[in-house]
Amino acid sequence: MKSTLDHAALAEEFNKDEERVDWHDGALWWIRQKRDRSAHRTPQWEELRETASAIKANVISNLHDYLIQFESNLKKNGVNVYWAADADEHNQIVYNILKAKNINQMVKSKSMLTEECHLNEYLAERGIDVINSDLGEYIQQIDNEPPSHIVLPCIHKRKEEIGELFHEHLGTEKGLSDPTLLTRVARKHLRNVFLTRRAALTGVNFAVAETGEYVVCTNEGNADMGAHLSEVQIASMGLEKLVPERKHLGVFLRLLARSAIGQPITIYSSHFRKPRPGQEMHLILVDKGRSALMARPDFRESLKCIKCGGCMNTCPVYRKSGGLSYHNTISGPIGAILAPNLDMKQHADLPFASTLCGSCSNVCPVKIPIHDQLYKWRQEIVKQGYSASRKTFSMKAMALTLSSPEMYKAAGKTGRWILNHAPFAINNKLNPWYKQRDMPDSPKQSFGEWYAKNGPKRVDN
Amino acid sequence: MKIGLFIPCYVNQLYPSAAIATLELLQKLGMDVSYPAKQTCCGQPMANSGYEHLTQSCNDLFVENFSGFDYIVAPSASCVLHVKDHLHGNDEAAAKEIRTRIYELVEFLTDVLKIENLDAHFPHKVGIHQSCHGLRGLHLAQMSELVAPDFSKPRKLLNMVKGLEITDLDRVDECCGFGGLFCIAEEAVSVKMGKDRVADHSKHGAEYITSPDLSCLMHMEGILQRNKSNVKIIHIAEILNSSSKSL
Repeated sequence: MKSTLDHAALAEEFNKDEERVDWHDGALWWIRQKRDRSAHRTPQWEELRETASAIKANVISNLHDYLIQFESNLKKNGVNVYWAADADEHNQIVYNILKAKNINQMVKSKSMLTEECHLNEYLAERGIDVINSDLGEYIQQIDNEPPSHIVLPCIHKRKEEIGELFHEHLGTEKGLSDPTLLTRVARKHLRNVFLTRRAALTGVNFAVAETGEYVVCTNEGNADMGAHLSEVQIASMGLEKLVPERKHLGVFLRLLARSAIGQPITIYSSHFRKPRPGQEMHLILVDKGRSALMARPDFRESLKCIKCGGCMNTCPVYRKSGGLSYHNTISGPIGAILAPNLDMKQHADLPFASTLCGSCSNVCPVKIPIHDQLYKWRQEIVKQGYSASRKTFSMKAMALTLSSPEMYKAAGKTGRWILNHAPFAINNKLNPWYKQRDMPDSPKQSFGEWYAKNGPKRVDN
Repeated sequence: MKIGLFIPCYVNQLYPSAAIATLELLQKLGMDVSYPAKQTCCGQPMANSGYEHLTQSCNDLFVENFSGFDYIVAPSASCVLHVKDHLHGNDEAAAKEIRTRIYELVEFLTDVLKIENLDAHFPHKVGIHQSCHGLRGLHLAQMSELVAPDFSKPRKLLNMVKGLEITDLDRVDECCGFGGLFCIAEEAVSVKMGKDRVADHSKHGAEYITSPDLSCLMHMEGILQRNKSNVKIIHIAEILNSSSKSL
């Protein structure tokens, strides 16, 4: 899945089919509008965001204590607790749990964390088969493609393309593209998976330190179906998923689905607390860069994220470039501020895949200043030497010119002279501006030159 | 009131008419305006590209040029926001003074001068492009994402202009895709965003697209001209100053 192309190149590829870009943009804009309507129907909306942000600030500031409290309550409830520093440790823990029970098939409900850890691939190499039970994830899995969106994993696929995939992999009739019929086929297939799998893994939306319970939000009920039929239930969660008390769920559950897809609440908000008689429950607490992020004061706030995907839906760059162009499990604006923390070199392009328009920060239910963090990541990436030397050279030249009024005047004059007298030097394919845009008309004189002749007093009062 | 006129680098070089309109408009409103001749740029192109650490001499030059005014006014929301957020100088007290005294033209007219009427005439259909830095940075209007009372400073001013009709938009405050060096580095997405913005204005019958930010307009103008559109761009200062042509 790792691509060698950067966001700009992948986005350019995506933009070769403009009609498809329009469709993708329209589908996500429709969700943004649903989110707006839903937010406007909630009178305390801005207060809820503020409260959620404050609760998460408290969690991040006292994470150690809440984690210890959560662990102790989990144990009291009869849940086995594990701590994983990174993806490898996490995957190994899952493998060991399954191996101890001689299980070689597992059903998974949507978990971005395990996608990030590449758990499916890890287990497949060791003879364990994993099926993603969330419909969108399932579609992405049979197409052997990562999710393009954290909440709507196959939003970039059209129903006809899904029909074709089902025809190829599930034997449906060729040309079938009716979403209801396709869903029925997947449902029938997944029912059999649920009934035959002894182990089920889910992600965690919220974990309550006070009670040791965790909440999983789905619209399809697939997490419940897997968990309730399993003899081994595993949950993987990032360290930041905690809320201090159960009452705080009232804030987050009201925000999550509204921010994500404009729905008042997900169809299922399932609380898991204790294993059933005869069942085992395991919970893995995963760091995977989170404590490193806490150690970066400028970026710490991104740990507040509740993975609603709202920033993706509102981001015009995301809508017009597609989630896969971010070449990271978590795409869009939030992905662009989380990914550099994990690997700055590999994700050096992502904070630049934004106009810094700020819409992401405004829809964020926990008020992460996403666009400010994008700006700060740019500074960090340049300071750490992950920007092209060509760019550094031109930036130094620009800084030099702009700090000298004389050089600036000369450069401006030259620039305008070129536009007027040698436009071919600029109006060519090597100039990315000119590819699809005309250059501005070049005035004979700058304002500064005009002012020297005509200023300062222009208007009599 | 002593006003320091800040004309951002690209406006100075490429759109002098918007700068002249700004100067004339402020003078018509009784302001004592001067243009410090040694000004260059706010440093935003470097800073937004991750090179804020190279902007110190640019910042110091800015402080040198703009200290001592009652207000600094500029016809560019984006540059003003950059100064407000990121101007730091060797003389930090002077830099701070500038950060609090700098205003984008529209907000200066509505918030400082609190003007209620204007002698301007522009008999055209005009679409408003809310520049993101003006909107979400300077709060020139209410942002569509927030659940909060509606207002718009540019709209308030344009409503004072005789003959002017403001046209609608399907997406009232979507980004045009300029984004500084983004327009070069991410050419494909930038152009697509611009095309879609322009199409929204055209669809609603705008003859002109106006904005408090010329950078967005420059990008959209490039797309309009390439596609031989009749829609034109115009900086809001030129509309608000439109009656002074007779002076």
